[in-house]
Amino acid sequence: MIEFESVTKTYPGQTTAVSDFSLVVPSHRTVVLVGSSGSGKSTLLRTVNRMVEPTSGRVLIDDEDVRERDPVALRRSIGYVLQHGGLLPHRSVLDNIATVPVLNGVPKREARTAASELLERVGLDPKVGRRFPGQLSGGQQQRVGVARALAADPNILLMDEPFGAVDPIMRRELQEELLRLQADMHKTIVFVTHDVDEAFLLGDEVVVLREGGVIAQRGTPAEILGAPADDFVRDFVGADRAERELHITEVDGRTIAVDASGRPVGVLAP
Amino acid sequence: MNLFLDAIAWLADPANWSGPSGVPTRVLQHLVITFAAVAAAAILALPTGILIGHTRKGAGIVGAIAGAARAIPTLGLLTLLGLALGIGLKAPLLALIVLAIPSVLAGAYAGVQNVDSAVTGAAKAIGMSPKQVVFQVEIPLAAPVIIGGLRAATLQVVATATLAAYTADFGLGRYLFSGLKSRDYAEMLAGALLVAGLALLLELLLAAWQRSAARRIAAPARSSSAAVQPESPLVKESV
Amino acid sequence: MKWLSLNWPQVVELTRDHLLLSAPAILLSVLLAVPIGRLAQQRPRLGGPLLGAASLLYAIPALPLLIIIPVIFGIPLRSPATMIIALTVYGLALLVRTAADAFGSVDPRVREAAVAVGHSPRSVFWRVDLPLAVPVLLAGVRVVAVSTVSLVTIGALIGVPSLGTLLTDGFQRGIPAEVATGVIATMLLALFFDAVLVAAGRILTPWTVSRRERLLPQEETT
Repeated sequence: MIEFESVTKTYPGQTTAVSDFSLVVPSHRTVVLVGSSGSGKSTLLRTVNRMVEPTSGRVLIDDEDVRERDPVALRRSIGYVLQHGGLLPHRSVLDNIATVPVLNGVPKREARTAASELLERVGLDPKVGRRFPGQLSGGQQQRVGVARALAADPNILLMDEPFGAVDPIMRRELQEELLRLQADMHKTIVFVTHDVDEAFLLGDEVVVLREGGVIAQRGTPAEILGAPADDFVRDFVGADRAERELHITEVDGRTIAVDASGRPVGVLAP
Repeated sequence: MNLFLDAIAWLADPANWSGPSGVPTRVLQHLVITFAAVAAAAILALPTGILIGHTRKGAGIVGAIAGAARAIPTLGLLTLLGLALGIGLKAPLLALIVLAIPSVLAGAYAGVQNVDSAVTGAAKAIGMSPKQVVFQVEIPLAAPVIIGGLRAATLQVVATATLAAYTADFGLGRYLFSGLKSRDYAEMLAGALLVAGLALLLELLLAAWQRSAARRIAAPARSSSAAVQPESPLVKESV
Repeated sequence: MKWLSLNWPQVVELTRDHLLLSAPAILLSVLLAVPIGRLAQQRPRLGGPLLGAASLLYAIPALPLLIIIPVIFGIPLRSPATMIIALTVYGLALLVRTAADAFGSVDPRVREAAVAVGHSPRSVFWRVDLPLAVPVLLAGVRVVAVSTVSLVTIGALIGVPSLGTLLTDGFQRGIPAEVATGVIATMLLALFFDAVLVAAGRILTPWTVSRRERLLPQEETT
């Protein structure tokens, strides 16, 4: 369980990135922070592994203040996936995945064997392991990034727009892969994105942020889409968009769902 | 440290400041041969380098020449030419010109070649002739790098001109060699300090010239900050 | 060629002397330039003057430097130490900037990602910054190696034996073949150093070699 208690972050000479943010992320759940740039979502994520120290307030992991922990040890105990993969370009894929276990003193061979198994778990051919990150496609690099985050078997995964830099088809595949992995891993995931559809797809719970890290609304995707708290949320999640407003119509005895502009989007199951 | 005092005493001695081997004469000789060599190298290498940068043909040759030139021991070039041409100024002057060419060539070539092709394209598009593009766009924009090449060449030549005294009775190097021969450390050290001072002075002047050239072509919005300081990518070998 | 065949042992010995003067100087300048360059890159306020001083140091001609150094360090003029110090000063002056650039060339996102997954500051340096700086650093070391080998010859003027001895001796005795041998042997030695460094670069930075093969057909395995 991760708790944010009145977290505020002000950068010197700039506006407040996050002000008085409180949230509980329950264990084994995926919580998505969604907001446009300037909403402080990445800053919040980075307070968890102490890449950012809050100006005031505190962050607790399982009731322990992260400030009590050694930052390096803390970071090794938390999986972290970044937008550009953040892989080390001079290490082979296997060595990248094995980074944290090796830093923790696991023998290299053992760590590599485990890394090879992880490659398969994230849907990559183990042969890819000998290559360097620069030789992989963007989608493959992101999978390696996920595998690296999982290598030390952390309880917590932090994901900072991990699929933001790949093309839409690849993004869809990576999202499905994450859902599949989470179905049997049950990690505590904090996921940051600016993509509302991604947030609704992945999040057990979604937190919509406005400028300066203020919570506009939090709830399940259905709650937010069904009852946006205000115009900002309505606008942000696109509740008024044509493709969100569905009607039912009968065609040849089947029940078809169409959107506001009359475009069919699916068939109701009997 | 006593030796430094001796050298300063040597420098303060009025006897060393007059006559054909006095400091002013030697400094003047040193400067004359330096500028002569750099000027000759510039006359030969600037047009060539600008042409290569403009046409973007022959870049590989420039790289090869610059690389090979770095590996040639300057003392070797000087002594070989000295043996071939005999004692006198001809050999060191020729050696200095040969040494200066790669830096000047590389500066001219790199400067012109690195001019944003969008800018030269635009110049062509508004109706400039190739000649106008070269003289009104490429050379002004390449000026800081071209000057950087001249700066590297000058430094290298002013340093190597010291060695010229090994094969000819000319320049400040004479103090070093006569001091070495007669084991007069004061004279030797005084000469060394004079050459070092001259080199540093030229370096500071040329660096200032290069900076002012860079500031002139910087975007007007940025020129006030004056933070633009393109260091020349050229490697000079100081001898 | 005739001169060379008659004086072969002397050339071999001078080549060895040359090697023993240049190799320590190159090594020392690398060992000193890396920490200084790193400092300059991390603290620009300190780094600016530091790099400026380095480039001024480089402007001092070699022969005068060879004469000034013994006075400062209190060592004899005609000693290998004088040579090695002077050569190290030049190597350092050249390499400090390159080292700063090399560390500056490391993608800050990669460095930050390394911190985020739990590298300690020390392991960020040894496992991330240093290896990633190697390609740029190595290019600088190649330049330093070649110019150091060439500069060693100047030592002959103050009486420190090296292949440069062939230049001064050949000049004084009027033997062009001896001078030519000195020039060519020096250039070959420089080439040798360069080749060694290129080979070392291949071994140390396998990822840059493979980047060239990046556009191999790569199937997305799902």
